[in-house]
Amino acid sequence: MSRYSDFGNALYSGERSFDFISRRRFGFIASIIVAAAAVLLTFGVHQGFNFGIEFKGGSQFQLTTTNSNSEVIAQDAVHTVLPATAQVNVAHIGTDGLRIQTVKLDANQSESVRQAIAKGFGLPANQVASSFVGANWGADVTSKALSGLLWFIVLAAIAMALYFRTLKMSAAALVALAHDLVITAAVYGAFGFEVTPAAVIGFLTILGYSLYDTVVVFDKIRENTREVEFSESATFAERVNLAINQTLVRSINTSVVAVLPVASILFIGTLLLGAGTLRDISLALFIGIIVGTYSTIFVAAPLYSMFREKEPKFAKAAAKVLAAR
Amino acid sequence: MAANGIVKSAVKRLVWLGVLVVAIAGIVFGGVLAKAPGASFVPQLALDLQGGTQIILTPQLESGKTVTLDQLNQAVAIIRQRVDSTGVSEASVNTQGNNNIVVSIPGKPSNDTLKLIEASAKLQFRPVLATSAGVATSSVGNPSANPSASPSASAAQTTSSAPIATSSASPSNPSDLNYVTRAIQNQYEALDCANSFRKPGQVDADNAPLVTCSTDGTAKYILGPVEIQGSDIANAQAGTQTSSTGVSTGQWVINLAFNDKGTSEFAATTKRLYPLSSPQNQFAVTLDGYVITAPQTNAVITNGSAEISGNFTAESSKSLANQLKYGSLPIGFTVQSAENISATLGSQQLSSGLLAGGIGLLIVVIYSLFQYRGLAVVTIGSLVIAAVVTYIMVAFLSWRQGYRLSLAGVTGLIVSIGITADSFIVYFERVRDELREGRALSTAVDAGWSRAIRTILVSDGINFLAATVLYLLTVGNVRGFAYTLGLTTVIDVLIVVLFTHPMLQLLAQTRFFASGHKFSGFDLKNMREVAYVGRGQFKVSERVSATKVAKTSKEAVKRQTIAERKAGETKGDAN
Repeated sequence: MSRYSDFGNALYSGERSFDFISRRRFGFIASIIVAAAAVLLTFGVHQGFNFGIEFKGGSQFQLTTTNSNSEVIAQDAVHTVLPATAQVNVAHIGTDGLRIQTVKLDANQSESVRQAIAKGFGLPANQVASSFVGANWGADVTSKALSGLLWFIVLAAIAMALYFRTLKMSAAALVALAHDLVITAAVYGAFGFEVTPAAVIGFLTILGYSLYDTVVVFDKIRENTREVEFSESATFAERVNLAINQTLVRSINTSVVAVLPVASILFIGTLLLGAGTLRDISLALFIGIIVGTYSTIFVAAPLYSMFREKEPKFAKAAAKVLAAR
Repeated sequence: MAANGIVKSAVKRLVWLGVLVVAIAGIVFGGVLAKAPGASFVPQLALDLQGGTQIILTPQLESGKTVTLDQLNQAVAIIRQRVDSTGVSEASVNTQGNNNIVVSIPGKPSNDTLKLIEASAKLQFRPVLATSAGVATSSVGNPSANPSASPSASAAQTTSSAPIATSSASPSNPSDLNYVTRAIQNQYEALDCANSFRKPGQVDADNAPLVTCSTDGTAKYILGPVEIQGSDIANAQAGTQTSSTGVSTGQWVINLAFNDKGTSEFAATTKRLYPLSSPQNQFAVTLDGYVITAPQTNAVITNGSAEISGNFTAESSKSLANQLKYGSLPIGFTVQSAENISATLGSQQLSSGLLAGGIGLLIVVIYSLFQYRGLAVVTIGSLVIAAVVTYIMVAFLSWRQGYRLSLAGVTGLIVSIGITADSFIVYFERVRDELREGRALSTAVDAGWSRAIRTILVSDGINFLAATVLYLLTVGNVRGFAYTLGLTTVIDVLIVVLFTHPMLQLLAQTRFFASGHKFSGFDLKNMREVAYVGRGQFKVSERVSATKVAKTSKEAVKRQTIAERKAGETKGDAN
């Protein structure tokens, strides 16, 4: 530990310092490239997001069976027609009913899946009923979620502006938030993973985490840059940089502690179970936590410094400090 | 003083935490002992993990009519809001085929829930043309056949006063008695409210008179055409009635506020009814064809607010207010089937999730041991307490609020416990910062705390804001998520204030920590020796540039506190 705590001490005193602020261009460029690549993969390579049954509705097959292994049979039967990554939801209804839901199929596919299911269960095809189901995460849920999100962002911006006494912190924090959401969402688009409600919940968790992480670091920046225009030893940008360095150990520890359980769920869950709700949610969280921590340091704080260091009072003080060196 | 006072206040906080945990656990325990419905030590699970009941609703249509997709989607949205209004169970509502709506809710729905889901909740205002007790009367013009006992004031009118249209002229306004044709009159007289006389989901024509009963069956009515539709209600709230002196009468009512259209219609209606004689000065409020209440018009109401009274309980008034607020279904539905549905996710998903989460948290414990040494006692303690409090709260809320844990919820909780750890990390790092400034541990703990709690409160405040806004404005899964986020945020603040801080205060009093033992996590010697070389100078490695040397030493002198100076001097003397 002593080495790591030496590291913390050195960062605190400023003896050791990473130039996050003066080298911000690299962070910005990296973020723009990653975000652009992600968006390109999502909309260029894949045709946008691949929404699951819950969002788009799907096809449903119903039959009567008392077979105890029905879930596996149903999955295998559907996968003889559809690709192995296709989502298949199986549920028992009443004592002997079985309900199988898949993504929306056209008439031909639907008929083939029906035949396959009937064959799998050893039933005549006419005993498997097929129909369409609507989305249970319908347009009304989405539109309410979006308006809720919008209101939250507006209120959070106001709350931050009031607490930090500057709108520029809100602006920087929101840019970083948008950055995190775009990259996290794009992971689904870029790999063509199905977007399920669990993924959306993971996505929302990231929204909270990203903002939380930014506020913690910004609070240290607020503390460090208080009355910096009267300082004879440091410029605004240097004080922001010092704040990032001083909170670096915290940022690393926090993200490690937050990401460990998620990583465990992601790897163990995926190894044991393959694709599914566990992977959906933990993947969004895993990427989101890492990106969220990164963006606070490489996007939000440098952006804030960029927004403010040109303000006359800080620019004047900085010129004086630099001249005295 | 300090030491003693600090110990006292720290112990007090810990006791408070204990009291709080025991109290909530006690309530849950009491609920289980008293066999209260839903009370359990094990949190209830959501549809995906536990299954529940699948209810298929079929529309009731006038013959020859079909239901449009728009109507179905609208009904889905309304039913979802109604289900949500009963708690945070994350039900699933969707359409099936071209006709049906499928509602899946965890557990077994009560009759009230079924009613809440299928009621069309069509509220209408119609003028009263005639009324009498709710039993069949023999023939027209035979007043002696009337029952002598009139069960309610509004039913005091007798059939003898039920007029038959005197002319065949078409009625000029909704209160016009020309609506009461021979056929209507016969239907009215034959009506016995004790029999079921309406088909479920029956649709009435809005522009025709209606013969019906009150919901309790004590009175029957002939009503004019619809004057105001429930869809013109802007807001509905349940509450207790207050008398003119401002004292609550304890009677449950529903307060309505109309939109602009409803307000002007209501003003016009009350204006026309006010001068009429009884019973034509009454207007009836009907819900799905039954009269809830038929008050007399005592004034012309132009401000668009009305109060509905009836035989309401707290439960029924709230349920009706929710139905009115979220709108009436465009079509009536009946329950076609209600069957058990199994969990959509295998039990394997939950157990693997828990296993993986457990392993993850174990790694967190090892990491914090490595990072914080002796302090890990506090971190691990805080994490364990956070987990226990979360578990108890989830059990409590799944009983009181119908909260259900989905797999996404379980994952969210595991992650949030990890994120809770951030509060301790912020706090510890602030204390270390203060130590680097040269303070003694016990003062560093206090100074670090006053800075850390600010950061913790503002960042948790933003999270809580997110949770509240999302909870209020969204439906379904997102609402469930918001609930979980709000819950864990509150628990985070609770733990850090009532556990982490007092524990650290107490530990700061012990020799092991105060002396900065190598394994204490507050290794003072290590910190000072590295950071300080005495007299406010930072030790500088050779790699650092000359300008930085000047900068940091200047900075150090400027920011030096008395404590630092002293620390520096002591150090210098020791050398």
